[in-house]
Amino acid sequence: MLNQRARAVKYGRRANNSFIVFRCADVDVLDCSVPQYNNRLDTPLPDVPFVRNLGADQKKLKEKEKGAWTSLSKEEKLALYRLSFELTYPEMKRGSGEWKTVLGGIFFFLGFTGLLVWWQRFSVFGDVPHTLSPEWVEQQTQRMLDMRVNPVHGFSTKWDYEKKQWK
Amino acid sequence: MFRAAVRLSVSGVRSLTRSRPQYAAPLAARCYSHGKQETDEEFDARWVSYFSKPDIDAWELRKGMNTLIGYDLVPEPKILEAALRACRRLNDLGSAIRILEAVKDKAGPHKEIYPYLIQELRPTLNELGISTPEELGIDKA
Repeated sequence: MLNQRARAVKYGRRANNSFIVFRCADVDVLDCSVPQYNNRLDTPLPDVPFVRNLGADQKKLKEKEKGAWTSLSKEEKLALYRLSFELTYPEMKRGSGEWKTVLGGIFFFLGFTGLLVWWQRFSVFGDVPHTLSPEWVEQQTQRMLDMRVNPVHGFSTKWDYEKKQWK
Repeated sequence: MFRAAVRLSVSGVRSLTRSRPQYAAPLAARCYSHGKQETDEEFDARWVSYFSKPDIDAWELRKGMNTLIGYDLVPEPKILEAALRACRRLNDLGSAIRILEAVKDKAGPHKEIYPYLIQELRPTLNELGISTPEELGIDKA
């Protein structure tokens, strides 16, 4: 990839409160105004080779490339390929294991939420209203039956008034 | 001036290469009511002559290859042979191997196309000394 070193800048103040610029860290920045290398399945030959600045050995190999390719060894051919291209097609298509991280993260946070909910139940919520105690519910149910609540299709139809039990 | 930007095929989208008789390859053509539709042979001849230009430059090779891969077809062996010879003229072995990888990927799920292409290209590969990705061991991730 074509990288250019750009300088990140920091600003400081002078005594008279005007800004001055400090030049500090070197940062690798892509210069997008020049052709870039890319790994794409639909663009087999990108605009620039992957390795632009060749070392001495690489330059020698490039010279050898101008001769008959039958005289190149397999390693040299592979080296020439890797000079021009970063990833092979199978490497480009290779999946990552990211889905395991995502799924694990989902389960983890679901579990954490479950813990929160459980803790909430016994630490945050107050007591249940007294009208939900068994005694109250029993008396309430008896009253509902006495009132014949929903006598046609509902509640009271489930009680057998002769045998005094649930149907 | 070098040949103007490659004219996209008038007949538009095509499916598989027609070279294997057992494939019924429907020729899905653009429905022009006017204009002659380019036949497969004309398409192939056009591309072979594009890559066969003796003084083809690197940009033209890249542009031609990227455009060809953009079509919905696997190029015929004769087009690929012309492209590989263009790589030879440009002293670019990496691109030659890349072209082979690209057409293998183009074949997609049809796994019998690539071995057929290599079989047809074998004389050229031997003559120019181009190793296939399989021989270099880069066909597996």
